[in-house]
Amino acid sequence: MKFLPLLLANISRKKMRTILTVGSYTVALFLFGLLGVIDMSFNQGLEVAGVDRLIVRNKTSLIMPLPIAYKERLSQIKGVKDVTFASWFGGVYQEPKNFFAQFAIDVDTYRNMFPEFEIPEDQWDAFVRDRQGCIVGRKTLDRFGWKIGDRIPIQATIYRGLWEFNIRGVYDAKREADDTTQFWFHFNYLNERTPFIKDYVGWYTVRVHNPDNAAQVTKIIDERFANSSFETTTETEKAFMAGFVKQFGNIKLIILIVGSVVMFTLLLITGSNMSLSIRERTNEIAILKAMGFSPTHILTLILAESIGYAVIGGFLGLSLCNLFTLAGDPTNGLLPVFFLSNITVILGVGITFMVGLISGFIPALIAMRLNIVQALRSV
Amino acid sequence: MANNRQTQDSLITVKNIHKNYTRGSETIEVLKDVNLNIHKGDFVAFMGPSGSGKTTLLNLLGGLDFPTSGHILIDGRDIAGMSSKKLTAWRAQHVGFIFQLYNLIPVMTAFQNVELPLLLTRLSKKERRRHVETALAIVGLSDRMSHYPRQLSGGQEQRVAIARAIVTDPAFLLCDEPTGDLDRKSANEILDLLTRLVNEHEKTLLMVTHDPLAAKNAGTRFHLEKGVLTANSQGETA
Repeated sequence: MKFLPLLLANISRKKMRTILTVGSYTVALFLFGLLGVIDMSFNQGLEVAGVDRLIVRNKTSLIMPLPIAYKERLSQIKGVKDVTFASWFGGVYQEPKNFFAQFAIDVDTYRNMFPEFEIPEDQWDAFVRDRQGCIVGRKTLDRFGWKIGDRIPIQATIYRGLWEFNIRGVYDAKREADDTTQFWFHFNYLNERTPFIKDYVGWYTVRVHNPDNAAQVTKIIDERFANSSFETTTETEKAFMAGFVKQFGNIKLIILIVGSVVMFTLLLITGSNMSLSIRERTNEIAILKAMGFSPTHILTLILAESIGYAVIGGFLGLSLCNLFTLAGDPTNGLLPVFFLSNITVILGVGITFMVGLISGFIPALIAMRLNIVQALRSV
Repeated sequence: MANNRQTQDSLITVKNIHKNYTRGSETIEVLKDVNLNIHKGDFVAFMGPSGSGKTTLLNLLGGLDFPTSGHILIDGRDIAGMSSKKLTAWRAQHVGFIFQLYNLIPVMTAFQNVELPLLLTRLSKKERRRHVETALAIVGLSDRMSHYPRQLSGGQEQRVAIARAIVTDPAFLLCDEPTGDLDRKSANEILDLLTRLVNEHEKTLLMVTHDPLAAKNAGTRFHLEKGVLTANSQGETA
C-alpha cells in the first residue's frame, strides 16, 4: 500500500495515454462481454436442458409434424415416464419485429414436464379453464407492458388469420439462464382452428425413468416408428438444442475468432504503450534503483501499473456491458436469454488480468535489468 | 585532511581500484590504480577534465558499478565483493545521491519525492512523515511540500533532491555536478547548504565538479587525469 502513490502517479502521468490505454481495455472487454452474452444466449438451451428429457421429432425435418396418436404409443414404451407435446405457432404481435416464441401446448402434461418454470396455481387453473387463455413468460410480459387479463391479438404467419388470447398467467424461471420469453396456449385451440393439420403436433418431449437408459430408450422409440409414415428422430434435449444452434453456423468458433483477434490487438496496443512509457522513464527507473529499489520492486511496480490499466479498463468495459444487457435483448426476440453471466465476468476478469500481465512483462523485465550507470549516462 | 589519517579511521578506503570498459574488441582503462582514504565528516571534491573518470569513481563509491579489480572498503565492508542484491540493500541504507539534473519524479510532490527512499524502510507512515518534514526543513523547503517539481525553481528542485538524499540519514552523500545546471546565485545557495550538511549535520560529502568555485567549498580536492588520481589541492599525492 505504501507504494500506491508512486503507482498512481505513474498511471496518471500521461493522461491522454492513460485514457487511450484504459479505453482500449474498456472497448475490448465490452465486446468480450457482449460476445459472451450472445454465446450464452445461443447456448442457454444446452445449459438448462433436462438430463432426463428426450425430444422426439419427425425424421424428415423439425417442421414436419407427428400424429397426436403417438402420445399414447410413446407412453407405453418401457423406460418412458412422461410424455408431452407442443407445436410451433410462429405469430407476431402487431408488427413483424415483435417476434417471440409461441407454443401450442398439451395443457394436461406440459407443466409437469418443465418444473423449472414457475406459475402460481390460481393462474394455471384460470389458464386451464379458458380455451383462449395463455401463459406468458415474464420477459415478454414486461417487453410489451402486458398484464394478466389483457386480450392479446397475434397475427399468424404459418396458419391463417388473427388469433386472440387472454393472458391468464405469467411464468418465471428458477434459473437466470431459463428462457422466460415464451408464450403458451392450448393445443386444442390450435387444433380446432386448423382442420388442414388436425391432430398433428410439432414434437414430443419424453421424460425417461432413468437418464442412464436414455440412449436405449431413444433407440427403442425410433425403432418403434421405423418404416411408418411418420418416422421419428429421437435425441436428448441437449443434443436437440445443440442441433438447433448449429443451424445458425458455428457461433462459438466465430465468437472465439473475433474474441481472440480483439484480445491480441489489445495486447499489441497496451504492450506498445507500456514499452513507450517505460522508455520515457528510463532515467527515473535508474534513480529508483540507485536509491535502493531492487529489481523485484521495479518489476512489481511496472507489472502493477500494467495490470492497473487492465483492471480499470476491464471493470469499465464489463460494467458497461452489464448496463447494456439490463436494457434487454436488442434483437427483438432472437436472443431470448440476454444477460451477462458470472462465468463471462470471471473469464473477462481473468483475461484482462492476463493481458495486463503479459503486456507489462517485457517492459518490466527490461526495466528490471536496466543498468543504472548506462541509464544515467544516457540522459 | 583525508589522506593524512590512518586507514583504520577511514569511512571510505579505496585500494588499487581499476575500472575498464570494453567497447567491441577495445578495452578502455577508465580508472588506473586509484587509492584513497576519506574520513567521516570530510567534504571532498573530485575535479578533472571530461572523461577523466570522476563520475566512474563516484559510481563505484556509491555501489552503482563494480570495479574491474581492487577493493572499496566502506566502514570496513568491501562493497566490491558484494552481490548485486546485497549492494542494492546497502545503497538504500548508506548512500544518498544528488545529481546534476535533480532527477525528481515530475508527477510526485516534493513530499512524495523525498519520501521515496523511506518506502524501502519499515518506518510507519507517521514516522516517514516526520523524517520527510525534517529533511525538507533542513533544506529550507517546509513551505513547498505539496509543490510539484514544475512549480519549483532549479535551485529549489535541487534542494528537494538533497532532502531526498539525506532523508534516510545515510553515511555519506555523493554529488555529481550538483550545481552544474544552476545559475551562480542558486549554485552558491546549494553549495552553502551542502557545506552546512557537513559542518552542522556531520555528513560526509563527495562531490564531482568542473567548477573551481564550487570545489573551493570542499575541505579536500582531488584531481583526476586520465583515470589517475594525481594529487589533492594541497599538493599531496593521493
